[in-house]
Amino acid sequence: MNLLSAVKVSVRSLRANKMRSGLTMLGMIIGVSAVIAMVAVGAGANERIAAQIASVGSNLIMVIPGSTTSGGLRGGSGGSQTLTIDDARAIGKELSAVRATAPNVRSSAPIVYGNQNWSTLVQGTSPGYLEVRDWQVISGRNFTDAEVDAASKVALIGKTVSENLFGGEDPIGKIVRIKRIPFTIVGLLDGKGQSPQGQDQDDVVIAPVTTVQRKVSGTSHAGTVGVILVQATGPDTIEEAQKQITVLLRQRHRISNGQEDDFSVRNLSEMLAVAESATKIMSLLLGAIASVSLLVGGIGIMNIMLVSVTERTREIGIRMAVGARQRDILAQFLIEAVILAVAGGTIGILVGAGGSMAISRFAGWSTLISPIAVSVAFGFSGAVGVFFGFYPARKASRMDPIEALRYE
Amino acid sequence: MAIPVIEIASLCKTYRIGELTVEALRSVDLTIESADFLAIMGASGSGKSTLMNVLGCLDRPTSGTYHLDGNDVGKLDRDSLARIRGKKIGFVFQGFNLLSRMTALENVELPMLYDEVPSGIRRERSIEALRTVGLEDRGHHLPNQLSGGQQQRVAIARAIVNNPSILLADEPTGNLDTTTSEEVMGVVQRLNDERGITVVLVTHENDIAEFAKRIVTVRDGKILSDRMVEKRRFAANCAGAGE
Ligand SMILES: Nc1ncnc2c1ncn2[C@@H]1O[C@H](COP(=O)(O)OP(=O)(O)O)[C@@H](O)[C@H]1O
Ligand SMILES: [Mg+2]
Repeated sequence: MNLLSAVKVSVRSLRANKMRSGLTMLGMIIGVSAVIAMVAVGAGANERIAAQIASVGSNLIMVIPGSTTSGGLRGGSGGSQTLTIDDARAIGKELSAVRATAPNVRSSAPIVYGNQNWSTLVQGTSPGYLEVRDWQVISGRNFTDAEVDAASKVALIGKTVSENLFGGEDPIGKIVRIKRIPFTIVGLLDGKGQSPQGQDQDDVVIAPVTTVQRKVSGTSHAGTVGVILVQATGPDTIEEAQKQITVLLRQRHRISNGQEDDFSVRNLSEMLAVAESATKIMSLLLGAIASVSLLVGGIGIMNIMLVSVTERTREIGIRMAVGARQRDILAQFLIEAVILAVAGGTIGILVGAGGSMAISRFAGWSTLISPIAVSVAFGFSGAVGVFFGFYPARKASRMDPIEALRYE
Repeated sequence: MAIPVIEIASLCKTYRIGELTVEALRSVDLTIESADFLAIMGASGSGKSTLMNVLGCLDRPTSGTYHLDGNDVGKLDRDSLARIRGKKIGFVFQGFNLLSRMTALENVELPMLYDEVPSGIRRERSIEALRTVGLEDRGHHLPNQLSGGQQQRVAIARAIVNNPSILLADEPTGNLDTTTSEEVMGVVQRLNDERGITVVLVTHENDIAEFAKRIVTVRDGKILSDRMVEKRRFAANCAGAGE
């Protein structure tokens, strides 16, 4: 029997038992739609985290004061104050694997414009900061090295600050007061959204590091910075840059051999890898749970196919009597199982896709339906059909024609 | 003389149920020439169906030889036997054995499905076969929409649609009343007459056996007698007429 006739025969007998076929498919539908939705949620989370980490800046290295034991990632504001603006300058000037560098001093302070008041993060850094962070000034200009040297009272503001202080007004050229000291706004920063830690990165004022150290933070030792951000020249030079920074800083800090570093050097791809592996494990776990329901769906198919084979024993006998070979009977029941599984899988893919769209709309999670997940789900349902359909089909094909014909 | 259609020699069939062995056929010799019309008679349990199953390649003999159209089919594997059933043999059963969800036409098409006949030709030949049994206007009926006699005629159409050389009928009239039985026998007789199909028929009714040319009586798995029918009956009606 050719394939087309075999498919027709199978479709007919499935349609003859619509209720049963539908219920059997339900198992597959639930399994596959769960897989699709779970994977979509996992992939969406993954993508969001990757995007957030990318928003911090590319090829980024962080130099943090104080030694850290391996594995731990400490925040930038460690107790020790071992890094200086000059360290940052030296890294930027002397190292071949480094493109840009930016010292970083943070302080939170109220900022006042007219009768508007807003508390925000004031960040002191160098002009290279924007380059390191892949950040653009959308209106106005960046401050200059000369303004850093002169500790000028100029500032860039983030979108959130601008909206809260100026509303619709153009902030460029306006004077704001930070801790009562007047600063001139020279530039407005592009929106960057949330950080991987969930902070609003646009709620920030950026000013020359010297100015912030002297006028805003006050408490720090003169010339020390919290963190030095470094941008490597490319993705492949990150490691090299980390080595160069370590050597240079050990030299500058006069650390003798055998003594521990008084700083630590981290790169962002490590952070990315940690975050990615976490979401990967989550996706895997969700996928595994969903696969179990797919397995249950497959067992449902096997169960119903076994019932069907028994019920149709006489039909099998008749078909054998008129010339059906073992492989014809095998094909007929196998095709039935595969059709059940694949039809269930296809509906499941649609339901899963619809479900994940609903999740992203109503729960606000980002989801991502990947073509790979869809094709894997499709192929997997086919495989489930073959796997769970084979035993019943073989049982049918091995029946003795005489006994099958006599079956009541 | 031409090669006989069926030639069996010293044929035995033994069933084994645990310790027990049942000798359903004990050394049967039987030769059936082409276009013969044979009735097999015998008490219940005498081995008639067992013989039919072996003749129909549904079953293999325990020992002895079976030549079908001159070929030894006794040792063929399952799939080769299936092929032979599809091409050379047509079955008619007491219980009709039609597929209940399929129309008459589709039932008749069934053997061609396994013989890789293209679908256009399948349809044509099924209609033709239904016409032969006088049911060309019932092609789209389901079996339960047909009378017993009509169902058996659909089964006959199915049996002959692949132009087999042998028609095997195991008590085809067992479930039918006298008039309908005669009608069905008329169709069988005509196929034997006009097409030269060799017919082997199992029955325990004398008046049905008399439609045949030759009667073989079986008892306890052995052939008791083998004689020509002297006063052969002929069905008065033409197939399908008067329904
Ligand atoms: N599959 C089987 N297993 C065991 N014994 C069988 C089987 N088929 C038939 N028999 C036995 O073989 C003998 C002949 O059976 P059968 O050919 O069906 O007789 P008939 O058709 O003449 O009534 C009976 O005794 C029956 O019980
Ligand atoms: Mg019998």
